[in-house]
Amino acid sequence: MKSIDFAPILAGLLMLALWEGLTRFFQVPSVILPPPSAIGAALVERGPLLLPAAGVTMGLALTALAISIGLGTLVALIFARIPLLERSLGPYALVLQATPIVAIAPLVIIWTGIENPRRAILILAVIVAVFPVLTSALAGLKAVDPGLDRLFRLHKASSTQRFLRLELPTAAPFLLAGIKTAAGLSLVGVVVAEFVAGTGATGGLSWRLVEAGNRLETATMFAALFLLALMGLALHAVLSLIERQMRT
Amino acid sequence: MPSESPIRLSAEQACVRFGRLDALGPIDLSVRAGECVVLLGPSGCGKSTLLAALAGLQAVASGKVQADATGGLDIPGVVFQEPNLMNWATAEDNVALPLALLGVDKDARLERAQAALKRVGLASFASAYPRTLSGGMRMRVALARALVNDPSSLLLDEPFAAIDELGRRALDDLVLEAKRDHHLAVLFVTHSVDEAVYLADRILVLSPRPGRIMAEIAVPNVPRDPAFLTSPAFADAAAAARRVLSAQLVAA
Repeated sequence: MKSIDFAPILAGLLMLALWEGLTRFFQVPSVILPPPSAIGAALVERGPLLLPAAGVTMGLALTALAISIGLGTLVALIFARIPLLERSLGPYALVLQATPIVAIAPLVIIWTGIENPRRAILILAVIVAVFPVLTSALAGLKAVDPGLDRLFRLHKASSTQRFLRLELPTAAPFLLAGIKTAAGLSLVGVVVAEFVAGTGATGGLSWRLVEAGNRLETATMFAALFLLALMGLALHAVLSLIERQMRT
Repeated sequence: MPSESPIRLSAEQACVRFGRLDALGPIDLSVRAGECVVLLGPSGCGKSTLLAALAGLQAVASGKVQADATGGLDIPGVVFQEPNLMNWATAEDNVALPLALLGVDKDARLERAQAALKRVGLASFASAYPRTLSGGMRMRVALARALVNDPSSLLLDEPFAAIDELGRRALDDLVLEAKRDHHLAVLFVTHSVDEAVYLADRILVLSPRPGRIMAEIAVPNVPRDPAFLTSPAFADAAAAARRVLSAQLVAA
């Protein structure tokens, strides 16, 4: 059983206390920087509005992640089987990856139609999250141990046996590392896409953030940010747990 | 070795080329059931290449190689320089791999894997993962895997080079035991003259690349026990092998 490290918890409590003390001592206006107690109060007060919105954003992020895992793994498999395809299309995938998502967003929104913000958000989040899955799965599929490769050739393994018993288990740790990165990125992708879509139709957390900003409800903005950070941490924790289980 | 035992491994005028480079041969060789032939020779002379060709992992440019087998399988047992174990699988799953690839059902293959592990002294490590095993134990798992589908021949490519003297002797004894109990044809590559003499019925000394058989040294058919290591028969065979190897060095 791993013992809990109290150092970051203590540091966090100390920072919160300092934040609370300084904002009160210097009487910083709440609209500029609310104290943590006010953010806590906003979280409780606005909870009924923020929590369902967080659920929507999390749902979109998880859907985008699932699509990214499926799509990224499938393309990696095709690339690994047909190196010519990887050589031909790899550079274009890189171009798409290197283009900022904010710049692509208006185009995607036009293509999906302004009435389909959910579809646009998913596409944009997948564009961001799919690449870590693709590159890590491809690296994993290529990392087969040459000695084991010879052993499978010796025993005349079929390509299905080779895939299931050699390539997939070799690629699994690589793929999981890629999925961990993709999980964070899918959340970022959804949040950015919700911002750019600029619509409350999906009712996601970013929209509540924009709404609170327009009303100068800074404490609510911080409460929404807190929920976003919590969601990112939860995703990371679940995937780290799976990774640890795989190692033992 | 009774000459009427069937030939299990054979090479006839076998040559291997890598591009324009002549790597091996021409070589003629035969190993009978119940016989252990050891290949000695300088690095790069093609010993491992010959083993790979007999295992079907390397095509010959000319001539013929054959690993004759019984039981409808034409795959010899092979132990490589590295154990080559799947880190994500237990010892018994590693040993059972050749059977799994043949489509043997799970219960039957695990039963046979456990029997093979018992044969190499690892019965209580069936559910251990490779990272928890020592180098010598990992090699035992590799040996069990090579024996699990009851091959008629066994090819070993410097398998115990990285293992300490005592561990190596124990593994050599396992090879001799498998040869005796299952009437295996064994072809063993090593750099160690002492190991060669201890294991071999015949030692074949190869020339530098492209490897050809330079000398054949017969080792007396006496029990392989600690007394053999200090016997005149052992010393004579080792001296003969060293003489051929030294002559190659002088010629080079």
